[in-house]
Amino acid sequence: MRASHNLKIVEPMDDVATDDRLEVLEDIRGRLEPYRTDDRAIVGGTVITKDLNIDSLAVMDMVMEIEDRYDISIPLNVVSEIHTVDELTDTVLRIRGGH
Amino acid sequence: MGLFDRHAGTIARSRAMLVDGFHPLSVRMDRVLSPTEALIGGRHTILLGTNNYFGLTFDQSCIDAAVEATRLEGTGTTGSRIANGSYGDHLDLETEMAEFFGMKHCMVFTTGYQANLGFISSLVGEGDFLVLDADSHASIYDACKHTQATIIRFKHNDPASLEARLRRLDKEPGNKLVVVEGIYSMMGDTAPLKAFVEITKRHGGYILVDEAHSLGALGEGGRGLVEAAGVLDQVDFVVGTFSKTLGAIGGFAVSNHDDFDILRVMTRAYMFTASLPPSIVASVRAALKVVRARPDLRVRLWENVATLYDGLAALGFRLGPEHGPVVAVHMPNEQTTIGCWRALLEEGVYVNLAVPPATPSGGSLLRCSLSAAHDRAQIDKVVAAFGRVGERFGLLDRQKVAAID
Ligand SMILES: Cc1ncc(COP(=O)(O)O)c(C=O)c1O
Repeated sequence: MRASHNLKIVEPMDDVATDDRLEVLEDIRGRLEPYRTDDRAIVGGTVITKDLNIDSLAVMDMVMEIEDRYDISIPLNVVSEIHTVDELTDTVLRIRGGH
Repeated sequence: MGLFDRHAGTIARSRAMLVDGFHPLSVRMDRVLSPTEALIGGRHTILLGTNNYFGLTFDQSCIDAAVEATRLEGTGTTGSRIANGSYGDHLDLETEMAEFFGMKHCMVFTTGYQANLGFISSLVGEGDFLVLDADSHASIYDACKHTQATIIRFKHNDPASLEARLRRLDKEPGNKLVVVEGIYSMMGDTAPLKAFVEITKRHGGYILVDEAHSLGALGEGGRGLVEAAGVLDQVDFVVGTFSKTLGAIGGFAVSNHDDFDILRVMTRAYMFTASLPPSIVASVRAALKVVRARPDLRVRLWENVATLYDGLAALGFRLGPEHGPVVAVHMPNEQTTIGCWRALLEEGVYVNLAVPPATPSGGSLLRCSLSAAHDRAQIDKVVAAFGRVGERFGLLDRQKVAAID
């Protein structure tokens, strides 16, 4: 989707409590677990559509579940710029924090 | 990396579709004989994947109108309406379509794909929200790439999911446009439109309904789900196509919004492409008259739907969720789908081979669509052919049950 969009991914935030971050990260890792291709664990740096056996449609479906879990909106325009598990985690935290 | 290297995965997948040197995409219809029959490889084949819901491609009044218009006004318009001007018939067709839906305005497009692409992407812009059903047609998804609006997806046919998304946007000042379809093109299921309209209005949004597969098929007057659900006066926009029930090609959008016509100079897929030729405009106008005059065709269509759907269900096939002019047969995987599709063709039945990304949730389907022009004998033949093929591939529920026993 468009590169020039008003909703941009921002850098991970330091002011987010680490417990919170861990919890969201664990949740996302759990959701991605079925798509693992080998015995390498899913980590923050895992590139979602490259390192895992998941297509972009399934990613979009997973994002809908995450939206409902945290009661937030994650626009498709934002999803298309997310590559890693860390980026997805920080996006959830940022939007949930009202940014 | 070469230009085509990025397609390596798809190339490999396409090669895997080759069965005995035969590729599904290489089917050649030597001659289309009627709305429901073609000669393929010398064999008379029943067409069960045309979207030709009323069988109007061979309607005499439509053919005569197209021939006459070609004689009078030539084979093409050779340009866009913005540059070359509108033919009187374009304007008449727009008036008739608007009147058909009881709306003030209509804009006609060269295809239904362009109608969605162009119209939706020029309705919303930066700061606005486009809220769409997850199983939306490709033309709706492509519209998302042509707008600065923020795109939000909700779960297919799920009012609670739409409601949650609109509620989260309640404090956002931008416009919200909800986009749904009357009948979904792959599964043949119908949207819970009354609930969608109520929720959208309650949250101050606009709603657009794509009636591509429901025009003619639904509603007392054939106006689609908007009519059947009793919300014709509450929806903001109806979009649709001339390529299915109306038997030709082209798209349209209708609305009551006063400034609607400005979109003619805001919509690139309308401005920068040639307009529909006189023959098509004439046949569509004739087809619209048939839709108005022949409600019996809708009755025939639904009788045929029931015969096919109930016949396949009785055999033990897993089908889409409800009766519809599209009947989706679920398949276990892509390879089996291709095998069954090929076997049906050899039985003299042409259906649509539907695999990802055209299908929802990554599944594979044999997609059937019915026509009022099918006769009972044809559908009985189709059901029998499905029975033999399903048996051969071990797909029937009673076989699975037997295997478990
Ligand atoms: C839901 C839906 N919208 C739009 C279109 C596009 O219509 P057309 O084929 O006339 O371009 C189709 C069919 O292809 C469709 O199924």
